[in-house]
Amino acid sequence: MIPHDDDAPVLDPASAEWISALTAAGRDREAGLARLHGLLIRVAVHELRRREASSAVTGAELDDMAHQCAADAMLAILDKLDTFRGESRFTTWAYKFVVLEVSSKLGRHYWRRHPTTLLDAEDWERLPDRFGVDPGEHAERADLVKAVQRAVEETLTDHQRRLFTAIVVNQVPLDALVSQLGLNRNAVYKAVFDARRKIRLFLIANGYLDERRQGR
Amino acid sequence: MNHREQLERVLATDPADVGCEQAIALLHMYADMIATDKDAAREYPGVAAHLAACGPCGEDFQGLLEAVTAGA
Repeated sequence: MIPHDDDAPVLDPASAEWISALTAAGRDREAGLARLHGLLIRVAVHELRRREASSAVTGAELDDMAHQCAADAMLAILDKLDTFRGESRFTTWAYKFVVLEVSSKLGRHYWRRHPTTLLDAEDWERLPDRFGVDPGEHAERADLVKAVQRAVEETLTDHQRRLFTAIVVNQVPLDALVSQLGLNRNAVYKAVFDARRKIRLFLIANGYLDERRQGR
Repeated sequence: MNHREQLERVLATDPADVGCEQAIALLHMYADMIATDKDAAREYPGVAAHLAACGPCGEDFQGLLEAVTAGA
């Protein structure tokens, strides 16, 4: 560990070297920026390839997106460099920006592949598949779907209903919804989290689910 | 698992779940701990609960962990 001044974080040697290079002047900084940029591109390519099957982003488009992710991550990293406190290795902190850029860009890209997806369409017939309900149990399935539909209508706010329907019923990826509605991931997750909790409580209160399982 | 149990599983929410914002804020620390065989879930149980429940944050965590362990 290399101590800086009294108020500065204590960094591991490799992280201290990164910070020193990126806050230097002239050629040292240029070399540090180039080295970091190279790493960010490698991480972006690896991450986009890892998600290739679900995103369908491949080939030249993948390479182009990787460079965009690396460039945007680089800007964010330099902008926030003075907030790095050494709680992790510098590279781990920096790679996080790339991974988040990949998620964000793939969220926007979703709409190119699915331009006609309607957020508010409520195809309740799909619900048994979403919940893994056995299609063989027709009567009970229909009963359960109606109960969930009632819970959605009677207990959720318009906002919660819209997001729950988009994500759970229509299976729109959360980051695609974030991109489309201009919300942040936490806001969407929290709304759906609250919606799931309310629906569950409704189903317990009406005898469809076992109260003893509450809170799990 | 019958259909009610499956539905229960889909609707389950963990009160310990810290949400996306806090999980992402701590993700680099969490990933470094996992990469160095430290008990990250014990140190940050709310993050562990969130990563188990939130698909997108779980995906980000897996990507970050791979980048870190691959030494990029």
